[in-house]
Amino acid sequence: MSEAVDGRRGALPPGVSHSGDLDERLRERSYLAGEGLATAIFLALKLQRPLFLEGEAGVGKTEVAKVLSRMLNTSLIRLQCYEGIDVNQAVYEWDYARQLLHIRTAEALGATEDRTHFEDELYTRRFLVSRPLLSAIEHKGENPPVLLIDEVDRADDEFEAFLLEILSEFAITIPEFGTIRAERPPVAILTSNRTREVHDALKRRCLYYFIDHPGLEREIEIVRLRVPDAEEALTQQVVRAVQRLRNMDLYKPPGVAETLDWTEALVALGAKELDEDMIEATLGSVLKYHEDQQRALLQSLQFLAGS
Amino acid sequence: MTEEPPILRMAVVFGRLLRRTGLAAGPDRVVEFVRALEELDVSNRDDVYWAGRVTLCSRQEHYEMYDRAFKVYWEGKEGLKFLGPPRTRYSVTMHDDSVQPPKKSVEKGEQGEEAVTLRYSPVDVLRKKDFAEYTPEEFAELYRLMADIGLSGALRRSRRLESASRGRHDPRRSFQGAMRTGGEPMRHRYRKARYQPRRVVLLCDVSGSMASYSRTLLRFMHAGVASGDPTEAFVLGTRLTRVTRELANRNPDRALRGASGAVEDWSGGTRLGDTLKEFVDRWGQRGMARGAVVVILSDGWDRGDVEVLAEQMRRIKRLAYRVIWVNPLKAAPNYQPLARGMAAALPSVDVFLSGHNYESLEELARAISGAAGQDR
Repeated sequence: MSEAVDGRRGALPPGVSHSGDLDERLRERSYLAGEGLATAIFLALKLQRPLFLEGEAGVGKTEVAKVLSRMLNTSLIRLQCYEGIDVNQAVYEWDYARQLLHIRTAEALGATEDRTHFEDELYTRRFLVSRPLLSAIEHKGENPPVLLIDEVDRADDEFEAFLLEILSEFAITIPEFGTIRAERPPVAILTSNRTREVHDALKRRCLYYFIDHPGLEREIEIVRLRVPDAEEALTQQVVRAVQRLRNMDLYKPPGVAETLDWTEALVALGAKELDEDMIEATLGSVLKYHEDQQRALLQSLQFLAGS
Repeated sequence: MTEEPPILRMAVVFGRLLRRTGLAAGPDRVVEFVRALEELDVSNRDDVYWAGRVTLCSRQEHYEMYDRAFKVYWEGKEGLKFLGPPRTRYSVTMHDDSVQPPKKSVEKGEQGEEAVTLRYSPVDVLRKKDFAEYTPEEFAELYRLMADIGLSGALRRSRRLESASRGRHDPRRSFQGAMRTGGEPMRHRYRKARYQPRRVVLLCDVSGSMASYSRTLLRFMHAGVASGDPTEAFVLGTRLTRVTRELANRNPDRALRGASGAVEDWSGGTRLGDTLKEFVDRWGQRGMARGAVVVILSDGWDRGDVEVLAEQMRRIKRLAYRVIWVNPLKAAPNYQPLARGMAAALPSVDVFLSGHNYESLEELARAISGAAGQDR
């Protein structure tokens, strides 16, 4: 274990010694974290703790993991949670078919005299299929991988229970095989949309951050960074319109992801400015509920265009 | 600051302060906070602020309490007086002109009669007696009875599989078995989807017009939440309050006290449509109401715009597996859904029940578990 190196800087990239540096690095990779989130990520890397991110859909939770893997120059291992996900889909599975084949081959070659030795051989690493969590623990490379456990609220209690061991020890125990421990703990990011309250025991092992919708200035900056082709006037108008939409008491207020989609749609249509016709043609990329679209149309598009 | 106390002590005292504001940050979190501080600049206010927010909070609702406590402790701007239980919620402005139905008058003559029957079989009488006419002693008896009502949602097929004697072939376990028989798969194994109770979401109206029933119904909600099956509980007043955590306490008295503490607007007016909208926006649409059994316990008196209520009910209907409305007024022999809110809501309701006495609560429990049909 490279304790000497890790001990001091955790999983932080070289040259980053406080959260401001990290904010800067993320910005270079087109992610505007802001002070709070930057500190949260900084601490997660430094203390090697999982980071639990909550927030509305489309505020950039998953994006954090993606940008981190780019910044740390390492692979992103993603586990999408769903109801009924179990150890065999998330952690590991024995390759029974190969094991059977192995037995048959051994029989055919008549090599079955040393039975205990032969049986032990069946439960060795080469018959073990890794799923995302085991891959993250076993990852070999210069930098630890980024492990994204996405929408953990969609999994059920049973699954949370074995996340506990993995996230606190960064180790996986396989009964027939033994315990596999991570050389360097992966950078774990958990996201939740709060469809369900995740168990406190799991949250306690993580640092917690709630990502809110960005303010006007920051959102304009985000669009500038992410959709550089958009005219400045258009960017400003789109963000203002989205911010108005968020105050309009909609069923699903648009997130940053929608702002970006919308801007891209408008750029694709060659829009230089936001006008009523353009809004009407592209409203589907910001508002995903029929009722919301109705409401926006009623509010007069002129209001949205902000002229 | 001339002499800075050691970080650990500051952090511990701050943790204690947080606990008093209602933000339960355990010692492990405080240690985590200290570790975070060691990595940051303790003399920088923002560093300390963010370190604490990331380590000591574990839900968005904590942020407000945290901010206040932080102000007090690290900036010394406010006095310590505010440190009662947290009370601020998403507030809707409240007016006093709440529409209330006329109070039910309890007929005196009945009193003697009941005392006689009580001697025979008190339980039988209690089962049918309207909650509004209960005496305190009878409530005590009722609460004992309530412990017997099992509240469990209708079953749904889970995506989690379990082994079974027939169903889908399970290669994993078949091969595993084959290992024991020298690689010969002698017995095939199967598995099939498990059935699980659906989530039950209980929404109880505590406005003035429901006063005779709301405490009993809250008790009923406690029985549901404490049962351990997935259950969520909300209180509808002038605003929406989630009381699942409070009601999860096994001790009913403590649970009810906790829930009452969290609700500030007992017996106020109702804005049923608005509070239901808040429920669907904040919780329901994200997944809580999806495929769930949603139970609304209310008399349907709404001061707000009825169209809002009708629309929210349609949204709930689209999300939920079954919508049950419990209205104590329905017990009256010639009840008509005259309250405008009730009339607006009914088209989106699958099962309409009364919930005014013990027997009807049993019926409600049956409807929740799916035994009672779609009777409206």
